[in-house]
Amino acid sequence: MLYNEPSPLEVRVLTRRFGLPDSASLDTYLAHEGYQAFQKAVKMTPEAIIEEVKASALRGRGGAGFPTGMKWSFVPRNSPKPRVLVVNADESEPGTCKDRLLMEYDPHQLIEGMMIGGLAVDAHRGYVYIRGEYRYLIDHMDRAIEEAYRKGWLGKNIQGTGFDFDVYTHSGAGAYECGEETALLDSIEGKRGIPRMKPPFPAVAGAWGLPTLLNNVETFCAVPAIIRDGGAAFAALGTPKNGGTRLLCISGHVNKPGVYEIPLGFPMMKAINELAGGIPGGRKLKAVIPGGSSCPVLRAEECDIPMDYDTLMKAGSMLGSGGMVVMDETTCMVRAALRIMKFYAHESCGWCIPCREGTTWLRKILERIVEGRGQKSDLPLLGDLAKNMLGRTFCALGDAAAMPTISIVEKFPEEFEAYFSGKAVESAARHEPAFVTA
Amino acid sequence: MTTTAVETVTLTIDGKTIQSPKGTLLIEAARKAGIEIPAFCYYEGYSLQAACRMCLVEVEKAPKLQVGCTLPVAEGMIVHTDSPQVQKARKGTLEFLLTNHPLDCPVCDKGGECELQDMVFRYGAGESRFTEMKLHIDEQQWSPVVFYDAPRCILCYRCIRVCDEGMGVGALGLGNRGASAVILPNKVTGDNQHYLSCDECGACIDICPVGALTSGIYRYQTRPWEMNHVGTICTHCSNGCKTTLGVRNGRIIRGNNRDHSGINGEFLCIKGRYAFDFVEHPERLQSPLKRVGDRFEEIPWSEAIETVAARFSEVKAAGGKFGVIGSNRTTNEENYYLQKFARQGLGTSNIDHQRTGDLTTLLDALQGRGGALATVADVYHAKAVLIVGSDLSQQHPLLAFQARAGVRHHDTRVYTVTPGPVREDKYSARGVIAQPGGEIAALEGLREDLAKEPELVILFGDAIRGDAVRALVRFADSLSIPVKYVCLLDYANSRGAVDMGLTPDLGPGYHPVDRPGLTLDQMLKASDLDVLWIVGANPLRNRALAGENTFVVVQDLFLTETARRADIVLPAASAYEKNGTLTNVCGEVQRVTQAAKVMGTKPDLEIFGLIAREMKINVGIWQWQKMFEEIRKTVRGYNVPLPVVATGGAAQTNPVNGRVPSLIRPEEIRSAGDTLFTSGTTGRYSNVLNAVLESPGRLYSGK
Amino acid sequence: MTFSPELETKFAKMLQSYPPGRERSAVVPMLIYAQDETGYVTDELVEEVARRCGVTSLQVHEVVGYYSMLYRKPRGKYHVQVCTNISCLLVGGEELYHHAEKKLGIGNKQVTADGLFSLEEVECMGACSWAPAIEINYDFHHAVTPEKFDALIDALQKKHS
Repeated sequence: MLYNEPSPLEVRVLTRRFGLPDSASLDTYLAHEGYQAFQKAVKMTPEAIIEEVKASALRGRGGAGFPTGMKWSFVPRNSPKPRVLVVNADESEPGTCKDRLLMEYDPHQLIEGMMIGGLAVDAHRGYVYIRGEYRYLIDHMDRAIEEAYRKGWLGKNIQGTGFDFDVYTHSGAGAYECGEETALLDSIEGKRGIPRMKPPFPAVAGAWGLPTLLNNVETFCAVPAIIRDGGAAFAALGTPKNGGTRLLCISGHVNKPGVYEIPLGFPMMKAINELAGGIPGGRKLKAVIPGGSSCPVLRAEECDIPMDYDTLMKAGSMLGSGGMVVMDETTCMVRAALRIMKFYAHESCGWCIPCREGTTWLRKILERIVEGRGQKSDLPLLGDLAKNMLGRTFCALGDAAAMPTISIVEKFPEEFEAYFSGKAVESAARHEPAFVTA
Repeated sequence: MTTTAVETVTLTIDGKTIQSPKGTLLIEAARKAGIEIPAFCYYEGYSLQAACRMCLVEVEKAPKLQVGCTLPVAEGMIVHTDSPQVQKARKGTLEFLLTNHPLDCPVCDKGGECELQDMVFRYGAGESRFTEMKLHIDEQQWSPVVFYDAPRCILCYRCIRVCDEGMGVGALGLGNRGASAVILPNKVTGDNQHYLSCDECGACIDICPVGALTSGIYRYQTRPWEMNHVGTICTHCSNGCKTTLGVRNGRIIRGNNRDHSGINGEFLCIKGRYAFDFVEHPERLQSPLKRVGDRFEEIPWSEAIETVAARFSEVKAAGGKFGVIGSNRTTNEENYYLQKFARQGLGTSNIDHQRTGDLTTLLDALQGRGGALATVADVYHAKAVLIVGSDLSQQHPLLAFQARAGVRHHDTRVYTVTPGPVREDKYSARGVIAQPGGEIAALEGLREDLAKEPELVILFGDAIRGDAVRALVRFADSLSIPVKYVCLLDYANSRGAVDMGLTPDLGPGYHPVDRPGLTLDQMLKASDLDVLWIVGANPLRNRALAGENTFVVVQDLFLTETARRADIVLPAASAYEKNGTLTNVCGEVQRVTQAAKVMGTKPDLEIFGLIAREMKINVGIWQWQKMFEEIRKTVRGYNVPLPVVATGGAAQTNPVNGRVPSLIRPEEIRSAGDTLFTSGTTGRYSNVLNAVLESPGRLYSGK
Repeated sequence: MTFSPELETKFAKMLQSYPPGRERSAVVPMLIYAQDETGYVTDELVEEVARRCGVTSLQVHEVVGYYSMLYRKPRGKYHVQVCTNISCLLVGGEELYHHAEKKLGIGNKQVTADGLFSLEEVECMGACSWAPAIEINYDFHHAVTPEKFDALIDALQKKHS
């Protein structure tokens, strides 16, 4: 059973097998073009595979949006050290719930994407790092991997091609920071998930110091389609430099929240109003977090834009990991800011001072404001402290905490004023729903 | 590190054009140009963290502030370390840091020498905008030595690195995460009663920039500015670490090496840092004692000196038999004076000390070849180090530290031949297990690897003695690579004792004497000794004295087993209570400076002088400077540059030229086998060494 | 200590799945799987994982303190995790959490007297489009209303009465 009904507005490439009977099985996969891309890729040169990925204009779906083909080309294929492949399935960005579906409904697509990545960089081992909360998915992936081995789609001399490839799952244990690729690498090595200094980049020295090809689940899942149908065909689905489709996770105040596959450049308002069925009760849109809680918030009037990496960047936010959180006019932005900061304070690894102390301090101030003990000077203080974190922390988590805060402080000062004057406090103290349930 | 011509780059820091070798970290390049880029987590010689973010600087054309401690300098780089943006960043970071810092500076040990105080003073804001509750965690005691106050901790990870990388122990780690992150000791329990099992060296405490790690010995004793600081040499093992003793009102209350000078830099082990406490142990002898029946009676110094001198003169006049046993810990001046007293004043060659390593055979085998004796620095710089028959980390902590630093900084290859697992196994290129006596045979197993090394420093323990030393040198010669040696010895002046001729067959500078006297063992077994004069040694701890009627004079700090047999006991001053020079295991001469004074005691040199004066014999003026001058003029190898020694430096003695015709009896050479937590007599009277939970060698005796 | 035969098989395979000499990599997964059987990370479990993975117990403790799903104290037979992060918050996640506190009679990270339930307010667990979400042990429940929550808890309680 699918988590949400598909929409006719979707362009289903990665999700096209979703909803098929027994979609996770190898037989279903094979019956629907499964492993054809691998058969094609195995006859291609690594350079040609990477060129095809470059031609697709695929950009990393984990959040940073780095061009995938370029990332693949950085892995030294001729290194005397063996290459490894790591899939980032630590999906933890608030608002994001797509990798889960890709693994649940079409695990072989991910395995095939990994195999093609293995061909491209001459790697023969791949690890899927799955967040600990997704235990059922780890078991599910293990079953799919086991089936692939059993039927000769993993292991030695796959289907007589001479290509060897092993896939393993690896469980996380609850740490948002491990979604940061170098922290993930430390985690997979059995350590605390503390990000690493760069350079060296993972492509050169990643897991266990080996050259590592590391991408998000969705990124790898896009690869079979790219190889099978050609990079150009995939690219054509999106906009220039923003190739293909991506999975958009819509949550919050909409009538039909869900995960929808849409081409890059899909209009944001259309996504809210048509894909997701609009805002309940005919209420007005107040704000949107376009790509997961790390992205600066957009006010309603800023949302009439196409969703691609570059436009979002121009709008002062980010496309991120595809977690679009819709907030209607009943939303209290101060409490939203508090909840987001509570998350970052909880998840800060603590390695560097500005993030460790900054997130906690900001959380405390926001808590105090919501409890009615705020004062006018807190507003500029929040902004200034967030800016003291911005760009100064060891990894991007500090920025991820600072940016939404800065945007909410700057775009919704009147909501803070309401707390300072006592108007907004009463309902918060009584734990009354400040939000209308959809 | 030897490097071939390094490429230099030109860059500009704060308008100053500087040249720096390519690859230098910006923070270091700036420091050399006299510009401070502040940092907490950056610490020279240890791995980079980029965690504290204090070193962020503006680099033109970079999109955001750059990390000064990890950024290598590049050609044409233009850096601003004091721009408004940088100032704001530092102020912001310090403000963040202070949010959970308790600001209990008035009662903090570190107050007055705290890096956080200094940073806030220089770069911070005058006021705080933080009005929330601070996080609190109760202080924990992890060992008799180490206390941890988590709220004060700024998480710079220096302690973790110094313990892991520097000491090779790895007893500290990081627990929890985010704002609740804390330093963890290696023994973590579910009920939060964490404790440490480690070297207890206190390096973590010393390197802590704030008062998060404090020592059980020093905490709440004083304000730092109330102390005087006396730079001297540790009196315990033979490595000769410089230690700075913090002294208030004549009491030593702290040991560290705060100026990082000397052969050890900032390194000290538990003994150098804390085991000065024997000085004021309640059982310390503070009056001369005279045997009356089977007990001792306190007598004045004048009576004691008169009694000793009278008996010495009487025996001498009667042509009686003297025995003199010297110390592994007394100064060169005292050792020189004592052997002169024995040979010229008493007319005896029966002088010896407990030999702890076969240095004389090594010198003989080397026959005076130049540059064959390693310095402490050589152990660090060497491309390869071979350790034979010694648990180096336990017995020679500085030398082990040097080898580890070499591995860390320039991939020194360490080889071991030991009877069991040792700490060096963690990072050694190869290790061979060999039972005592089998070391030389076992070396063959390493021949192929060693022959490929460009150079080698060999350190060997007391298992290698007599012919084994010659075999070792032959083996090393056959490798056809430059080799230097360290003959490992036990105590602070074991080397000086041999050099100064506290041996029955060799005088100062290894000059053979005409009629060799009795060795230590022979003296103990001689039933006809009239006088046995024992200075700073405890040979009767586990052996008996044959001479029932022997008149025994003992100079020592405590009523040892040997002192209990004495007729007269003279209370001596320890090395922390006198001036002079010591020679370390590598033959490096260093100055000791008086830090404390214990009532009723006298330095051994003064005691010798007073006895000589009372006997009306002339052995020389009992001033250390006069004696040192005489040593420099007359003892082979000791013509060391005075300014180096006088200013607290270490000057290696020159090798002895030609053969050393020693009559050494190898079976008399034995190391006491002290560990990190023992140190002969002084160790037995150190409360700190007795208080730590770690039993000697426990950590490394097994897996 | 030993674990169930299934887990022992899993661990044997797990230790083989990393490059040679990299057994340390198994520390995190081994802890979380073992915890399912021991209930929480005991001192004994830390020692055991350290031994099996060839690291010091301190290195294991460093990891245990870091990951929020590794517990140093016993939890209930059913560990109820309620997400209150942004997507869930917008559709009643916080209210659901407070409801859960009342229903179970315990607060955050507490265990019911009978040891059957423990409660935890958790961060986003990847169910944003089907919020508010809870996880009981490893089972997800989506679009949970207070009524649905009560039914879930009552059913579990019934099973054990």
